[in-house]
Amino acid sequence: MNSLPKLFLGIFLVFAFAWVGLVALPYLNLGFLQPEVNEEAGTVLPQPRPGLAQLGSKVYASEGCIYCHSQQVRPEWAGSDIERGWGLRRTVPRDYIYDRPVYLGTMRTGPDLSNIGARQPSREWHHKHLYAPRVMSGQYSTMPAYRYLYEMRPITGAPSDLALKFDTGVEIPDGYELVPTANAIALVEYLVSLNRNYSLEEAPVE
Amino acid sequence: MSAAAEILEKPRTQTPVNMASADFAERAAIDRSCRGPVLFFYTSAILWLLAGSLLGFLASFKMHSPEFLDALAPLNFGRIRPAHLNVVAYGWATQAGLGTAIWLMARLCRIPLAKPWILNIAIVFFNVGLTLGIGALLLGQGNSIEWLEMPGYSMFIMFVAFALVAIWGVHMFVRRREGHVYVSQWYLLAALFWFPWLFGTACILIHTVNLGGVSLGAVNWWYGHNVLGLWFTPIGLASAYYFIPKVIGRPVHSYYLSALGFWSLGLFYSWNGMHHLIGGPFPAWLITASIVASFMMIIPVLTVAINHHMTTKGSFHLLKYSPTLRFTVVGAMAYTLVSLQGISMASRQLNQITHFTHYTIGHSHLGLYAFFTMIMFGAMYYIIPRLVGCEWRSPTMIKMHFWLSFYGIILMVAALTFGGMAQGLNLDNPSVSFNAVTEGTIPYLQARSWSGIALTLAHVIFAVHYGMMLFRLGRKGKPTLFVDLPQEAKA
Repeated sequence: MNSLPKLFLGIFLVFAFAWVGLVALPYLNLGFLQPEVNEEAGTVLPQPRPGLAQLGSKVYASEGCIYCHSQQVRPEWAGSDIERGWGLRRTVPRDYIYDRPVYLGTMRTGPDLSNIGARQPSREWHHKHLYAPRVMSGQYSTMPAYRYLYEMRPITGAPSDLALKFDTGVEIPDGYELVPTANAIALVEYLVSLNRNYSLEEAPVE
Repeated sequence: MSAAAEILEKPRTQTPVNMASADFAERAAIDRSCRGPVLFFYTSAILWLLAGSLLGFLASFKMHSPEFLDALAPLNFGRIRPAHLNVVAYGWATQAGLGTAIWLMARLCRIPLAKPWILNIAIVFFNVGLTLGIGALLLGQGNSIEWLEMPGYSMFIMFVAFALVAIWGVHMFVRRREGHVYVSQWYLLAALFWFPWLFGTACILIHTVNLGGVSLGAVNWWYGHNVLGLWFTPIGLASAYYFIPKVIGRPVHSYYLSALGFWSLGLFYSWNGMHHLIGGPFPAWLITASIVASFMMIIPVLTVAINHHMTTKGSFHLLKYSPTLRFTVVGAMAYTLVSLQGISMASRQLNQITHFTHYTIGHSHLGLYAFFTMIMFGAMYYIIPRLVGCEWRSPTMIKMHFWLSFYGIILMVAALTFGGMAQGLNLDNPSVSFNAVTEGTIPYLQARSWSGIALTLAHVIFAVHYGMMLFRLGRKGKPTLFVDLPQEAKA
């Protein structure tokens, strides 16, 4: 093995072989999936996310939610995800066709969020939880507080409809209100849009 | 002179008696030609290592004490976690690896580095691209594609710099004056081809084609795992294959094992990535292909382990004296360990427990730190005196660096491995509430923060020592060893 052309050929083939297997074939196999049209039930699934939720998915990325939260439900035989109530069925490639980028995740310091919108549909809860995680989900939560996504401001004119109200844990001074920023509103829209509990042909909900 | 003394105490700052002076002059000329770029790579690598240690420690601390410094957006866990990874992977490990690769290539090809100033420009580009990228992550512009979080513009700048360094390495190989091609050169050549390809392809697929859905997940882990397998691993092994025989003064045990190890590494490692997605929304064939390839890794791993062990056999007492050998051998042993662990983690049974837990983080630090970083330290302890023309100032500082790194990484890996195992078993048992799972991990995460302090301290000591070398405050004369060789041996 003293000649550059021979070494190069081997080095190239090794690389190309894996590229075909792990990049090109999966793309050909999964890159052109279409939503499932069910004419009887009159449904098209999955649905693209509304615009605000789409914006919120960018906030999800930039705040690094993925480093603690996955978005994939493993089948019964591969983990306790379904028993934990993280989804009614395993997730399948078709569930992710509108996700750019895709937030499958590799870590569960926090719970899986594939179906957080089904589990916790309340926008108010999400806002309060993002602002004060340990107030909302117990002292052992290690989630960072996203206080910089909220604004504590003096009330001028009519109080905001979106203002957060806590019974305990967070003091809001008189004459002030705590309101979400545009990024927080978008992020929460994204979170409540996360619901993959619908039935697909390849992954029926029983 | 005893064998050990003869090998380890050979002075190199004046003409040695037992070395042909023409040979010596040639090596000195090669070292001189590499001095600028290699020291530039090393200096930036070490500065990034300090930044990366700080970010890592901060991220670690926030995992058990989430209220620490939580008002500032750029210091939020979700931003410093990817910043830590990118800083240590590209700032520290990649630049330490590139510096070492250039020096090794020049020495093994017996050819001085041509036009070193062009490489200096590449290094400036690389660091500018990386600084922009890390800044973007901290300012909230990351895309959450693991290992590829930085924006397209910064990755493009880094790609140009990579490509330039790779061209320089390959160019040296083409003009080599040494007829025989050594095993380290295969690894270096392959790494210099593979990495820009890998990086460039991933950038195009993410930033130009705007790939989405689960095929992006496949690309993500094809890249994420191959950065380790086709970039850090070959550079680390090239370095180990060079320094172990070099320091102990014996040839590599077997040429055939070396060749088998090299080609099987490329063939199997490149297919490993999808074992990060076991149980995920992918067709069975894809995941299974990667599980099979992961198990096949037993071939390159055992081949390299046997080859290194047989080369070192009979010379293990030299670990007492030579910093380069001790760091390198510890790194090579960690390579065997981390690879065997990785193979076991690809089995569906174990993966079901360890997937999504701190166990995986322990594994990645065993690989990138105990294996790769220790080997880079070993290489730097050897190369730097030859570039600056003086010997390391203080054996005590090298000793402190070694032991803090050694025990620090053992503590980190142990804490994350046991903590991750407990976390995984709890997660897999639906009767344990999620809060209880989190509560259970906290003592382990606190232990990990202590290890972060030890490692950061080790790096500060190393950086100060390196700074002294840059200002030529080192010793003259014999190489600096951990302990002096026994007196009777010198007689």
